[in-house]
Amino acid sequence: MPDSQDTTLDPRPVLAGAAGASAAAEANSPAVEFRDIDIAYGKFVAVRDFSLSIAKGSFVTLLGPSGCGKTTILRSIAGLVDISGGQIMIGGRRVDDIPIYKRNIGLVFQSYALFPHKNVFDNVAFGLKYRNVPKPEIARKVGRALEMVRLPGSEKKLPSQLSGGQQQRIALARAIVFEPQVLLLDEPLSALDANMREEMRVEIKKIQKETGITAIFVTHDQEEALSMSDRIVVMNAGAMEQIGTPEEVYETPATAFVADFLGKANMLAGTVHGSDRKTAVVVLASGQTINAACPRPLAGGSKVTVVVRPQKLSVGAAASANRLSGRVVSASYLGGSAIYEIDIGGKANLRANAPIAGRVLREGETVDLGFDPEGCVLLDERGQRIS
Amino acid sequence: MKAARRKQEGRWAWRLTGFVTVCVYIFMFAPIAATVILSFNASMFGGFPMTGFSLQWYGKLMANEAVLAAFRTSLWIALVTAVVTTAIGVTTAFALVRFDFRGKQALSTLVILPALVPETILGVGLLVLIKAVDQPRTMLLLVLGHILLAVPYVVLIAQARMIGIRRVYEEAALSLGASRLSSFREITLPLLIPAVAGGALLAFTISFDNTSASLFWRPAGVETMPTQILSMLKISISPEINALGTVMILVTVGIPLVGGLILQSLTKLRRRGEPKEETQ
Repeated sequence: MPDSQDTTLDPRPVLAGAAGASAAAEANSPAVEFRDIDIAYGKFVAVRDFSLSIAKGSFVTLLGPSGCGKTTILRSIAGLVDISGGQIMIGGRRVDDIPIYKRNIGLVFQSYALFPHKNVFDNVAFGLKYRNVPKPEIARKVGRALEMVRLPGSEKKLPSQLSGGQQQRIALARAIVFEPQVLLLDEPLSALDANMREEMRVEIKKIQKETGITAIFVTHDQEEALSMSDRIVVMNAGAMEQIGTPEEVYETPATAFVADFLGKANMLAGTVHGSDRKTAVVVLASGQTINAACPRPLAGGSKVTVVVRPQKLSVGAAASANRLSGRVVSASYLGGSAIYEIDIGGKANLRANAPIAGRVLREGETVDLGFDPEGCVLLDERGQRIS
Repeated sequence: MKAARRKQEGRWAWRLTGFVTVCVYIFMFAPIAATVILSFNASMFGGFPMTGFSLQWYGKLMANEAVLAAFRTSLWIALVTAVVTTAIGVTTAFALVRFDFRGKQALSTLVILPALVPETILGVGLLVLIKAVDQPRTMLLLVLGHILLAVPYVVLIAQARMIGIRRVYEEAALSLGASRLSSFREITLPLLIPAVAGGALLAFTISFDNTSASLFWRPAGVETMPTQILSMLKISISPEINALGTVMILVTVGIPLVGGLILQSLTKLRRRGEPKEETQ
């Protein structure tokens, strides 16, 4: 909440002591930095060798399936989980020995976690009260936070009198009202119903932009990740698979896991027949030969996987390059486009999401399909992108 | 046809169920009703038939120094037991639910054990122990004994409630800057209040009611209400005992009942609309 009159609330009064000398260093340091952290529960290693630097004011999403360690990492920033190795820095300061209540972070939970016995005002004011903010100031800040989440005048209500979406907005207000250094969001939309989810998505992003707060968002929902983030960290089995902008991770997945987890890409196994510095000729397992953009020459005979997004496949007359032919197994009409499952003789059917040209294809029809050599990504035998 | 017969059978099943239910309730409450009714009997003898309505036995009770002394003794023992037991029980339950430590399972079982051991055994056991270390039977021993008897129940109640308080509330409080103590005081404890009050009421009742263990533990010359009734019964079944019994029923049933109702109305508002937690 940038406000020129706002001078009373230093965002890190509780972290004082080390201030002054390190203030200059802090200005340039990333908001949050992980250096080779490990997190283990007994013998189970939840996170291994994780390093990441998060720039101030950015919106970073940890995306992955359940059990991939994303929530564990988020909780380690808050201090709710102890790391067993490495370092975590918040604003350039090591926080390993700082207990959660002195870390100055805002936390939003999947289940809202509003205090059920306190009304909205007391919930939102909770963090300010423990920062010794004077009473009139608290009232002003709470009022403004409630306006920001578009629930002004709800001070006297109990959480049980609010809908799920409203509760989560109050939870958001409670987490940002004391201007924390980092805002941590742990699947905040998962408990909401579908249409409320989209609304909150936009709202959270808007508030994050307005306040300029650094936000770390955990989700297993790729749509949330793609639509909200400045950067996405794709996680799998306790390790980072890829980090990049939404476009980067979607268009150029670094690994087979990323390609599959984000948007269920088509994966075609094949063997390199020949290649130069720009393109590789690949013979697919299903027998067809295609051209794929490739940044370096590959040895003939090496095994590769061609990754093609359903949207990059053109169907019917539009298919020009890399023309394959197959039979429609199923068609689902979506209005503007249709999703086809097409059997081209390989192990798995291809999925194509194509705009409707003329008419929707029917099951059993034979059809041409193709894709640009630039519209695909090549993975090597270990599932890593060839670069 | 078939449907009609099934309907007929269903009606009979319901009637039978209703009949059995009524019988069970009569069996359970007839003795209590008899005691209460007979306490207002004008007759000199503590049994039926009723000869008229009278409050004389309550009057006699009020004039009976021994009974009043026993009542006062029981009252303050029960109060001390309730306070101490609740403090021990709630903190134990908090530790058992929120923290992981070695021997947690063992402690959890041990703390419930006194509730499973027959009271007479406990009574004799504590007495033997006191004799072994050559200590006299004092009021302190009696109170400690009652605490021993009540702790398991309070732990069980508080534990059940504690499990229902989701950890995220405490985590939220901590993340907002409250220390562990503050978050316990401001978040956990208020949410635990139903268990705290329920536990206190139950501990009070357990202590106020206790007969067999008190018989072993009371110091010479000290009577609690139940032991007083027992010693009065040795002499005769005076209608005074019916009056005393009615007072006992009023205290041990009335207090928890009223307390429970107050708590229910207090907590009703905040329980609505808590979200279901989805596993990711």
